[in-house]
Amino acid sequence: MMEWRWDFTFEILPRMLWATGNTLLAAGVGYLIAVVVGLVLMLGQRTPSRIINVLVREAVEFIRSTPLLVQLFFVFFVAPQFGIKLSAWNSAMLTIGLHFGTYLSEVYRGALEGVPKGQWEACRALNFSTAYTYRRVVLPQAFPIALPGMGNYLVGIFKETPLLATIGVAELMHTANALGAETYRYLEPYTMVGFIFLIISLPTAMGLRRLEAAVSRAQGNTHL
Amino acid sequence: MSYWEFLAEYLPKLASGALMTIGVMICATLLAAAISILFGLMRLSRNWAFQGPATVYIEFFRGTSLLVQLYWIYYVLPLMGLTLTPFVSGVLALGLNFGAYGAEIVRGGIQSVPRGQWEAARALNLSVSQQMRSIIIPQTFPIVLPPVANLTVELLKATALVALISAVDLMFVAKQINATTWLSAQTFGTALLIYYVMARIALIPFLRWLEVLAARKVGKA
Amino acid sequence: MDTIHPQKIAQGGPLVRFADVTKSYGDLTVLDRLNLDIEQNEMVSIIGPSGSGKTTVLRVLMTLETINDGVIYVDGEPLTHMPKGTGLEFASEKYLRDRRSKIGMVFQQFNLFPHMTALQNCVEAPMKVLGLSRDQAEDRALDLLKLVGMEEKKDHHPSRLSGGQQQRVAIARALAMRPKVMLLDEVTSALDPEVIGEVLNVIRSLNSEHSLTMIMVTHQMGFAREISDRVCFFYEGKIAEQGTPDQLFDDPQNERTKQFLHAVLDAN
Ligand SMILES: Nc1ncnc2c1ncn2[C@@H]1O[C@H](COP(=O)(O)OP(=O)(O)OP(=O)(O)O)[C@@H](O)[C@H]1O
Ligand SMILES: [Mg+2]
Repeated sequence: MMEWRWDFTFEILPRMLWATGNTLLAAGVGYLIAVVVGLVLMLGQRTPSRIINVLVREAVEFIRSTPLLVQLFFVFFVAPQFGIKLSAWNSAMLTIGLHFGTYLSEVYRGALEGVPKGQWEACRALNFSTAYTYRRVVLPQAFPIALPGMGNYLVGIFKETPLLATIGVAELMHTANALGAETYRYLEPYTMVGFIFLIISLPTAMGLRRLEAAVSRAQGNTHL
Repeated sequence: MSYWEFLAEYLPKLASGALMTIGVMICATLLAAAISILFGLMRLSRNWAFQGPATVYIEFFRGTSLLVQLYWIYYVLPLMGLTLTPFVSGVLALGLNFGAYGAEIVRGGIQSVPRGQWEAARALNLSVSQQMRSIIIPQTFPIVLPPVANLTVELLKATALVALISAVDLMFVAKQINATTWLSAQTFGTALLIYYVMARIALIPFLRWLEVLAARKVGKA
Repeated sequence: MDTIHPQKIAQGGPLVRFADVTKSYGDLTVLDRLNLDIEQNEMVSIIGPSGSGKTTVLRVLMTLETINDGVIYVDGEPLTHMPKGTGLEFASEKYLRDRRSKIGMVFQQFNLFPHMTALQNCVEAPMKVLGLSRDQAEDRALDLLKLVGMEEKKDHHPSRLSGGQQQRVAIARALAMRPKVMLLDEVTSALDPEVIGEVLNVIRSLNSEHSLTMIMVTHQMGFAREISDRVCFFYEGKIAEQGTPDQLFDDPQNERTKQFLHAVLDAN
């Protein structure tokens, strides 16, 4: 039976906190990429060309139904095979951006479809242009619908970042592994990783729920 | 080496890894389903002795990372005297993690049944467990199944993590082959295709079929 | 479809003309070679059984749906088609945007924009589509909100208005575009009985004081009779019978009309 050692805990705390910074950075940058990729993938399924729509749709399905871990290895190991030098960080950001971009594209699509058909019809009856209809009527209503999903995937990406340790990104899990290997103590590093995740993701999730409520109130949908 | 030669040599190994993946997936799904129902119902209880632990459990497992949970079970539990095989550790971590998400789906499904249904059932003088079994639960199926289908696909994908605690699944075999051949595109590309086939050609059609079945049962098809 | 040769509509002709208009969904023909003229300042009610194509007539005129055959003219110009050589071809979106402002529509489900106040709902289109300044648009919107008795609630979002109030705002919103024809599709069907009257009063005043051209689909026979210049009875995508309210309600000629009126009047 192994005892919890507080002195060791405090000894490794600075390194763990530094790694937490890297984890947050990875999650944040990955999320920003995913938000943009998602937009591109959503628009790619609404082009005038059916062939493009179908191709993008199939690519989205493929990426969505295969594991992030395998994709991470694929990108990290295959790029050098074709003479492309990709650092662990760049591979990680590329993979996370693509993987979660497919999820976000579904969030956007669902949000657009969640705007009632009557709103489109009212805009036509008032003779709005399509661009104007999107900007002034559809997107403002789609945004609160998309917000919960967008928030979930922010937290979702954060919780997937430990996978990046497997290709050598120096985030929390990687640091915990390294500390374990150096000191032969695994109890404190792994438990601390768990707690750090908990203290970050629980308040974030709660904050996002508040934000949703606030946005939906501000839009006047008190009944939605 | 052409891709066909690669397949001839390594496909059998990858296939045996895929069998392990399917095994992990089925066991973890059963565990997760049992946990979802139990904790979903507990979460709805008005009794704090049930609701409290369920809430803590759900928030804890949804708030931390699957990989952290997996490592903790595999590397830390032995230090406390409980040593589990990679397979059992993997099934346990996946089941506990996905059970927490599933419990929230169960709760949402039951809560979405309109109040009038409970009231009508009570007016017919059904007992609480009868109300649940014959009126409420059947109506939750069509609501619950689509998110459950998504979650099950996520679970299949998440099984790849057990490779990191050296369970010999599809991902593990792919890593092994990659380490000896350095044919990364072929190796991981084929692994991705196998995962895709398992999800899209087997799992998703099966889940859709369940959805149609459930919709027909409650007369919504 | 081949190009159609335009029948020139003489000056002073009908404001709206449906010429052999056909609309179908797959195998189902919803409008069957429909011919219908609406004169300037006329108030026309459309009645008929469910599924007879009443809503569809309004939706194709609002260009929410495309038609399969025939031509619709508004103000002597083809609405659904644009000139090409000596004939006509189906109109492009750009052409439609040019014409659509002549028509306004009020929906059964109101379709107000939930994220805008009553006033913003009415100001938006005149500013952005007609190019009015904010002051002009607000003046116009306030006049119209006053007309429908909603000026006091101008800063409320739709979710804080009753159904009847929402529908009155929706009428003001449509009027703010100064349409030549107003289309009303069962505008009181989604309302509680006690607020139907306030919406009907607004329509009444539009008719008597502002002599607006209106096409109204309704199940309220009493109101149709009181207010209409002409009533059209729809059956299976065609006008089975039409005439003044007195003719149609007191002395229907067509068997279908008689059956329908019996059924409806018995039910009340
Ligand atoms: N988008 C659509 N696709 C297929 N069929 C449609 C569509 N819209 C309408 N229809 C069909 O067209 C027919 C006419 O519909 P319409 O809405 O014009 O009827 P209506 O006379 O307004 O009936 P109600 O009094 O019930 O409103 C109906 O049979 C309807 O089912
Ligand atoms: Mg109708």
